[in-house]
Amino acid sequence: MRPFGYAAPASLAEAVEALAAGGPGTRVLAGGTTLYDLMKLGVERPTAVVDIHHLAELSGFDTTGRDELVLGAGARLADLAEDPVLRRDCPALAESLAKAASQQLRNSATAGGSLLQRTRCGYFRGGPPYPCNKRRPGSGCAARDGTDRGHAVLGTSESCVAAYPGDWAVALLAFDARLDLLGPGGPRTIPLSALHREPGDTPQHEHTLADGELIVRIRVPVTATGRGSAFHKIRDRESFAFALASAAVAVRLGRRGTVQDCRIALGGLATRPWRAHEAERTLLGEELTERSALLAGETALAGARPGTHNGFKVALGIRTVADALRTAGRRAAS
Amino acid sequence: MSTGIKHGALFATTVEVACTVNGRPVLLLLDPRESLLDVVRERLELTGTKKGCDQGQCGACTVHLDGRRVLACLTPAVHARDADVLTIEGLADPDGTPHPVQQAFIDQDALQCGYCTPGQIMSAVACIAEGHAGDDDQIREYLSGNLCRCGAYPGILAAVRQAARATAEG
Ligand SMILES: Cc1cc2nc3c(=O)[nH]c(=O)nc-3n(C[C@H](O)[C@H](O)[C@H](O)COP(=O)(O)OP(=O)(O)OC[C@H]3O[C@@H](n4cnc5c(N)ncnc54)[C@H](O)[C@@H]3O)c2cc1C
Ligand code: SF4
Ligand code: FES
Ligand code: FES
Repeated sequence: MRPFGYAAPASLAEAVEALAAGGPGTRVLAGGTTLYDLMKLGVERPTAVVDIHHLAELSGFDTTGRDELVLGAGARLADLAEDPVLRRDCPALAESLAKAASQQLRNSATAGGSLLQRTRCGYFRGGPPYPCNKRRPGSGCAARDGTDRGHAVLGTSESCVAAYPGDWAVALLAFDARLDLLGPGGPRTIPLSALHREPGDTPQHEHTLADGELIVRIRVPVTATGRGSAFHKIRDRESFAFALASAAVAVRLGRRGTVQDCRIALGGLATRPWRAHEAERTLLGEELTERSALLAGETALAGARPGTHNGFKVALGIRTVADALRTAGRRAAS
Repeated sequence: MSTGIKHGALFATTVEVACTVNGRPVLLLLDPRESLLDVVRERLELTGTKKGCDQGQCGACTVHLDGRRVLACLTPAVHARDADVLTIEGLADPDGTPHPVQQAFIDQDALQCGYCTPGQIMSAVACIAEGHAGDDDQIREYLSGNLCRCGAYPGILAAVRQAARATAEG
């Protein structure tokens, strides 16, 4: 690992100032379970690091509000996963956290850092002799003619087919979460849907934050639909593994059992957290049945472009959506 | 904009960190690149904490930081600032009596090569304290971050069950 300058500012305001002072090679350090891991592998090579992990200003969260959940970017995933309000009123959010990583990692990992975790593509992590456009722009993509079993089938490009690996962002996306940011240009708020980029020709650019900009908090509108939600995650082993496919879904049912509101977001299948709006529309006004749930799954995966070894993800994705809808429907009806 | 930071001195390449390790006050001059795992093993010579993968994937390096279990390999050592670090060496009573979880691992023969065991035990102690050892399924789920290459899982499960019950009857 190459040497870097380390700063542990005493406040959020100082952190923003330190990020600006550090210049382009400066990175934010939260739990470090992505950043420090990738620094040890030589993928991330910051010249300076601004540590925010100790800032109490960032680590609080409040789930008691009537209109929105307010979650500090520094809140630990383990604490959020245990929150009784989240578990009752929005089980998909709590489940996405409880099913992510391991308890040790969730004790370190943060709500903000989780959103910006980087792909688990083995060529990206392993590096030379394999080419990787995300790691070295223009060098090529080893996965496209290599082992792409874990890779994405949605949102891919000629340059990169790496899957976005996280769970939390997928669940938040289904609930129209927004992010409060603070940077050198002052504060602004963006929808979470505007945070992640598809790879296109520039897979090295994964998000839309400006240089030196921090995520301060996540805000999630409270909706009655939350109670009828579920996060379903399919992995190679039962626990402590990234998603091959995941679905965060929510439904609200009317008096006759027809779907009044519906949210579907996918993980493990796409290059970024993926909202399936068209699939949601197929269910509106319909009864939630085995048939309609599968149709929603098929619609969500309609644009899938599998590679060599990941064709199974299309059928898996369809069924993951359908199964998640069944659980959500049961919760919505009870 | 003035917040009183001296920019020249802002980014340090050595960091002074005070913490306690197994109850003992320790003052460290750290290179911010160092992991808590390497500091504990190489500098403090507490080699009970093991390095399996060094990438967060096996749990062999599990220690407690301010009472919570974390992976020492993915914890920058600077994150121990002002914290209490507990490693496997600090678990037994000062008079040498094993911690109930250690005793349960002995009773249930919950290891073969033993490489994963310190991490398993540190994880299990926290798992019970968190209230995540209510039944076998919950124990399996909340210990899933600790892999065992020897496949000693049935014994590990039995040991955690025994220790959780003893704690509950406490
Ligand atoms: C073995 C292993 C298994 C895992 N399994 C899963 C899994 O199953 N599901 C899952 O979802 N995740 C999984 N993870 C990923 C884990 O959840 C993330 O590494 C973690 O959430 C990142 O949070 P952090 O606080 O450690 O971030 P850091 O590593 O500190 O930071 C991550 C990135 O976010 C940036 N950043 C952090 N905070 C902010 C902020 N407030 N504002 C702006 N930028 C910021 C950093 O600069 C960095 O680029 C796993 C990780 C490991 C190592
Ligand atoms: S899929 Fe993306 S991250 Fe993986 S090798 Fe190709 S360019 Fe690199
Ligand atoms: S050595 Fe830390 S998790 Fe494997
Ligand atoms: S006892 Fe050998 S790895 Fe667990």
